[in-house]
Amino acid sequence: MKLAKVVSINERALDNLKYIRETMERAGSFTAVPGWGGILMGVSALLTALVSSRLPSNSLWFAAWLGEAVLALAIGGWAMVQKARAAESPVLEGPGRKFALSLCPAMIAGAELTLVFYRYDLFPMMPGAWLLLYGVAVVTGGAFSVRVVPIMGVSFMAIGTLALFSPFRWANWFMAAGFGALHIVFGIVIARRYGG
Amino acid sequence: MARHSKAEAHARPQPARARPAQSRAADLDRLIHEPVRLGIVSALAVNDTMTFNELKDLLKTTDGNLSVHARKLEEGQYVACDKFFEGRVPRTEYRLTAAGRRALETYLDHMEALIRATRES
Repeated sequence: MKLAKVVSINERALDNLKYIRETMERAGSFTAVPGWGGILMGVSALLTALVSSRLPSNSLWFAAWLGEAVLALAIGGWAMVQKARAAESPVLEGPGRKFALSLCPAMIAGAELTLVFYRYDLFPMMPGAWLLLYGVAVVTGGAFSVRVVPIMGVSFMAIGTLALFSPFRWANWFMAAGFGALHIVFGIVIARRYGG
Repeated sequence: MARHSKAEAHARPQPARARPAQSRAADLDRLIHEPVRLGIVSALAVNDTMTFNELKDLLKTTDGNLSVHARKLEEGQYVACDKFFEGRVPRTEYRLTAAGRRALETYLDHMEALIRATRES
């Protein structure tokens, strides 16, 4: 005969409180956006800005930032998977899925514009367009996330707008400020307050 | 006015501190004591609004189950529901009412009082 498990009122109340806290965490204060990943992406962008500022041609400058984009995408994807695993939340469901899907349209638009700019040698347009569209992607992705994420997106858009109307020789400064400093600053905030 | 009176009737049972834990447990607000309903109220406490699908994903429950429990919370005036179309897609969005928020706070107080009472006894 199977015996019923005896649960004390105290245990039940503690379980209920834990359930409320966990539900609130999953629903509100958790973001799938990886803070530590953002910091790593920022550091790699700063290094790329340093290297690319010493390169002799626009094509090499472009290649350096293209490599950085691939590296950042890999770091971001890996960090999202790690964060989702740590929170025992499936990567392609819930907040992670929403963020990834909302990020895509502006990123695809950015990739297409990059091809056009490269084809017509419009290198000076690239930094502003990249920062602006990455900002748009983060704002749309962050619409379903904690408030700090869309604020980060708006900051990228602001730097992107400045870059669009500034001389190309300042490009690496804007790239370092955006993809470097903003990623690091917001990455620290997200890592400390929103689950890593 | 009538909206609030029904909800407050659920939120009313305040634990009398002198009573034993078993007696206090009987006072629990049954409307949010059920796990799915408690999950809905807790999730809406930290989000202004959540759609039906967001709540379903979060609470890992079925359409039917969520629908039944959300309806009960609506009837108790703990949550308000808006139905609208986004393009051609129908959306159902929920938000916590003032009565629902008070009920959750009372429930949390109740749980903490139960823990204190069983530790003291």
